[in-house]
Amino acid sequence: MLPQYAFIAVFAIIAFALPIIGLIISWLIRPKKPNPAKNATYECGMETIGDTWVQFKAQYYLYALVFVVFDVEAIFIFPWAVAYNKLGLYALIEMILFVAVLVGGLLYAWRKGALDWH
Amino acid sequence: MINYLSDFFVNLARSWTAWISGFLPVWAVTVVNYVIVAVILVMMPVIATLTLTWMERKVIGRIQNRIGPNRVGPWGIFQAIADAVKMLVKEDIVPDNADKPVFNIAPILIAAAACLLWAVLPFGRNMIGADLNIGALYVIAIGSFTTVAVLMAGWSSNNKFALIGAFRVVAQLLSYEIPMVLSVAAVVLLVGTMRMGQIVELQTVPFVFLLPTTFLIYMLSAIAETGRAPFDLLEADSEIVAGYFVEYSGLKFGWFYIAEYGNLMAVAAIATTLFLGGWRGPGVAAVPALGPFYFAVKILVIVFVLMWIRGTLPRFRIDQMLGFAWKVLVPAALANLLWVAIVLKLPVPTALQWLLILAGNLITLVVALTLLGRAAKQYAARRGLVSA
Amino acid sequence: MQQVAFAVLSLITLGAAIMVVTTPSLLRSALWLILAFFGIAGIFVLLNADFLAITQILVYIGAISTLMIFAVMLSSKVMDPHQPRFNEQWGLVGGFSALLFVALAAIVSRVVWPVAQGEVPVDTIQRLGADFVGPYVIPFEIASVLLVVAMIGAIIIARERE
Repeated sequence: MLPQYAFIAVFAIIAFALPIIGLIISWLIRPKKPNPAKNATYECGMETIGDTWVQFKAQYYLYALVFVVFDVEAIFIFPWAVAYNKLGLYALIEMILFVAVLVGGLLYAWRKGALDWH
Repeated sequence: MINYLSDFFVNLARSWTAWISGFLPVWAVTVVNYVIVAVILVMMPVIATLTLTWMERKVIGRIQNRIGPNRVGPWGIFQAIADAVKMLVKEDIVPDNADKPVFNIAPILIAAAACLLWAVLPFGRNMIGADLNIGALYVIAIGSFTTVAVLMAGWSSNNKFALIGAFRVVAQLLSYEIPMVLSVAAVVLLVGTMRMGQIVELQTVPFVFLLPTTFLIYMLSAIAETGRAPFDLLEADSEIVAGYFVEYSGLKFGWFYIAEYGNLMAVAAIATTLFLGGWRGPGVAAVPALGPFYFAVKILVIVFVLMWIRGTLPRFRIDQMLGFAWKVLVPAALANLLWVAIVLKLPVPTALQWLLILAGNLITLVVALTLLGRAAKQYAARRGLVSA
Repeated sequence: MQQVAFAVLSLITLGAAIMVVTTPSLLRSALWLILAFFGIAGIFVLLNADFLAITQILVYIGAISTLMIFAVMLSSKVMDPHQPRFNEQWGLVGGFSALLFVALAAIVSRVVWPVAQGEVPVDTIQRLGADFVGPYVIPFEIASVLLVVAMIGAIIIARERE
């Protein structure tokens, strides 16, 4: 198994090298003429008004949160899925229990409006 | 000779390895082979961009009753190369207060993620970069680390539009990742392994015939993950002016673009592997070299369907999109998963189990559509759009 | 060969961890933390725990890092990279930390660590799955309850702002 990951490591190095080489080639052959108008931040063609700070809605955080919980749930489901065919009926019942608890959580989030975008 | 040709790619690899073993030590042979395979696979997103951009512009052009590009080369096939040259020589404008290291690394990360996906996809029998024990999860994990790169891009541009765009993209990516993971889990449950090579080997019947709803859930999640229409709220010019990569120009933007098309083809390839039988097709048992061709054909069919969808459907609003993911797709995917689990434990013969799985899938689809229809009617009645 | 890989991964992890605590900008700290997580995933791979490595990437980097970056952006301090990085008690705290380090180093170097015998089985994931519903079923079910409790708690807290 480890040689496969050695391949992944080599592959990762080359996968990172490709964009870097591309960017170096581009840096060598493109014009470089900075001027203040070009470097200013884009805001629909006008000057920027106020700091670059947006009101961060708590809604984004709630989505990420529910996502973390379901991501961990999915991680628990995978080994069970791989071993499923060799296990008895108890495996099914226990997983149903597991999923039922999490679906309960999802229903709670749904009812409390954590999944709605205001 | 015929035998050599019938398993051409594998035999070519073996002959090459035998030849260089003649004058290199064992570790060097392995490294050279790895580098060659890595370079071939890394070229996949680039090839994808060159071919798929042309294909997309032609297909969408025809859907919109016009011819696509046709000036640069016969039927415009060199259009993509012209675009690539343009991006290479464009000036790279970095905004004043941008966080420069993070700004520069973001496109590299996104492009690298699009390349890394190809390591576990089986092009044919024994033609896979690395048949990892956790292949199916590897694919999803690489996709999930794109969210970080998007946040980096949005944040470092020091631009309100980029930041809001990045937040929305990440919310969309996160929301659609769960149905994707759950539908992949349903396939893993059916075969009992996460190795992509083995999933293809075990598909005597392509799984799309057993699990059509799961396939549908996967495709919808995948379209949302790659950010294409009708889920492309975040790139649409009229909505948020190119979203989180508004400040990028030149080749850095080019890498975002390549990553998008590379992801598109990778997602089609994953769907082919999991649901359509990968490289299987008539005659592959005798002539394994046909595998990559079947694989390519199936990928192109899926990509064509995705482009068709892009040209036809209007885009979703963000609250509709996110609500759809959490309230429809996640429960449907979970119901699917549990149904497959229940059926697999029934003491009936395999063929009957498969029919039951298919029936369960169709029932889930019908139930989901009915509930959606009813919810849509209630919504329309509430807003006075339809005379209730 | 494994030694070299382990050395490289440890350097990456430790270097990233040092940068996490010394970088002035909160967002860059989060990004260095992500690099540290990658290093840890690599070390899991060296231990033949490929499922744990991919879980690290999928959950820590995919989900928890995003949550952390969102939390960083939710706090208003992120815009100010010029906060004081040392407070007045740094001498005392530094002394205690060094003492703790010496104590831990002494323990780690003196304990006779038990080495696992035999080969790592090939089907680790199947065994993990079988163990989830076999001997470890109670922690498995409690994990789901814990996850739901965490979700409910966080929803209650996060919604207080509205």
